[in-house]
Amino acid sequence: MVKQGDILEYDVLVIGGGPAGSTAARYAAKNGAKTLVIEKRQEIGSPVRCGEGMSLAWLDELDIKDTTKWVSRYMSGARIYSPGGYMVEINEEYAGNEVGGVIERDAFDRDMARLAAEEGAHFMVKTSAVELLKEDGKVVGAKATHLGKEFEIHAKLVIGADGFESQVGRWAGIYEAIKPKDIMTCFQYRLTNIDIDADFVNFFMGSGAPGGYAWIFPKDEKTANVGLGVQLSRLDGSKTPKDYLDDFIDSHPGLKKGKPIDMVAGAVSVTHPPERSVADGIILVGDASRVVDPITGGGIVSGLKQGKIAGEFAAEAVAEGRTDAEYLKRYETLWRDKLENKLWRNYMAKEKAMELSDKMFDKIIDALSELDLKKVNVETVLEGVRKKYPGIMEEIEKML
Amino acid sequence: MKPELNLDKCMRCGACVGSCPANAIFLKEYTLEVNDDCTGCGLCINVCPMGAFSKGGK
Ligand SMILES: Cc1cc2nc3c(=O)[nH]c(=O)nc-3n(C[C@H](O)[C@H](O)[C@H](O)COP(=O)(O)OP(=O)(O)OC[C@H]3O[C@@H](n4cnc5c(N)ncnc54)[C@H](O)[C@@H]3O)c2cc1C
Ligand code: SF4
Ligand code: SF4
Repeated sequence: MVKQGDILEYDVLVIGGGPAGSTAARYAAKNGAKTLVIEKRQEIGSPVRCGEGMSLAWLDELDIKDTTKWVSRYMSGARIYSPGGYMVEINEEYAGNEVGGVIERDAFDRDMARLAAEEGAHFMVKTSAVELLKEDGKVVGAKATHLGKEFEIHAKLVIGADGFESQVGRWAGIYEAIKPKDIMTCFQYRLTNIDIDADFVNFFMGSGAPGGYAWIFPKDEKTANVGLGVQLSRLDGSKTPKDYLDDFIDSHPGLKKGKPIDMVAGAVSVTHPPERSVADGIILVGDASRVVDPITGGGIVSGLKQGKIAGEFAAEAVAEGRTDAEYLKRYETLWRDKLENKLWRNYMAKEKAMELSDKMFDKIIDALSELDLKKVNVETVLEGVRKKYPGIMEEIEKML
Repeated sequence: MKPELNLDKCMRCGACVGSCPANAIFLKEYTLEVNDDCTGCGLCINVCPMGAFSKGGK
């Protein structure tokens, strides 16, 4: 138990015990770094702040064999609806696991923490970072609080994994305010006693969720996460995301009789990759570094992949005794090589999609529903529209 | 002017914290604080999924 004024010494301090932080810790510890994760909540993964839809195409990459603790349901596909009721179905057998499943996010986060602990990482919950410690401008640890005690953690490298609300990046001076048009503000109920096709994740485009979309992610035959995200720049305070969701549910008979057994608020950044994710003594990972798929707002998988890169790199940097900003730039190169192209491509695609009118969504989804989409992802969808309806793509390009 | 915050509506979700351009909102363990760096831009009023912020009065 820490005491007031204690000083703990670690190689790597990870601030934030979400999937990105735990995975960074897992690979840092695995590669020999003495690693501590601090998480301000009292329970890792809870309360859940997520739609819980996730691709399962990355499991091998992260050497994860057992999913039984946290996959609540495998999906056979995704359905995307236009405002006028056109629908395109993307089947899992074609989608190469992109569709994936709906998970129990709290169990998932705890499983990612377990994997880190098994490699030797230490965890402290109900422990908040309140300030970064700096020496000559270099981050050398953090001041933290736990059960009313304030203490210091000295570390050779700090990893900021504190999610959308990230303060750590700001304290380190790696601060880029996200533009309101690149913030999706969300509200979700878990509804039970509803009528759904429980084998598909459903997305609803158009003005019912301005600049964003509504989703139905099934948890079981009668229960689903039903939520919606709205582009912040389209909100003026007169109607909240919760109001939009209540309207959406009211207009869907299968949902209307549902009973909420959970509610979730939150925001996710759908911005372009950040200019910087490192400073002297510190690197950022996950939502804190704005690595989120701008099309879907999904950030779990990209956070895991980036977390692995961060952890392996952290152990190496510590072993080399090089945690200066110049050396840490290698981390930028590593994660950008792997993730940045897709993030940029999807960001550009999102920028286009945001401007589409309800009519245009109807046209595009009608067009797609006639195509035989083999491997479906954002790229093939765009390609599909381009092939069959070049006119529409031209119109979309023109809008930029 | 600082916006008014109705903590009864707040879900401690952090949406306003990550969005505030002035970095003036802090999520403590059980509560939310708006400090004096607030420029009164009003963005948090729009971002809150619950409508917990409103225009500061008086
Ligand atoms: C409503 C909603 C629905 C979503 N749905 C999906 C979805 O269906 N699929 C998907 O892939 N993604 C979804 N996302 C996005 C996804 O939740 C995030 O991308 C993901 O959680 C990012 O993981 P992370 O580890 O970077 O951050 P987080 O999971 O946010 O973890 C950050 C952790 O840091 C902790 N922390 C913060 N500050 C401190 C501090 N000072 N000291 C100590 N600890 C701190 C927090 O308590 C938190 O536990 C959704 C987001 C929202 C808001
Ligand atoms: S956005 Fe609203 S609900 Fe979320 S923490 Fe801020 S005030 Fe609370
Ligand atoms: S009014 Fe603007 S500056 Fe003040 S707390 Fe809200 S978002 Fe931040």
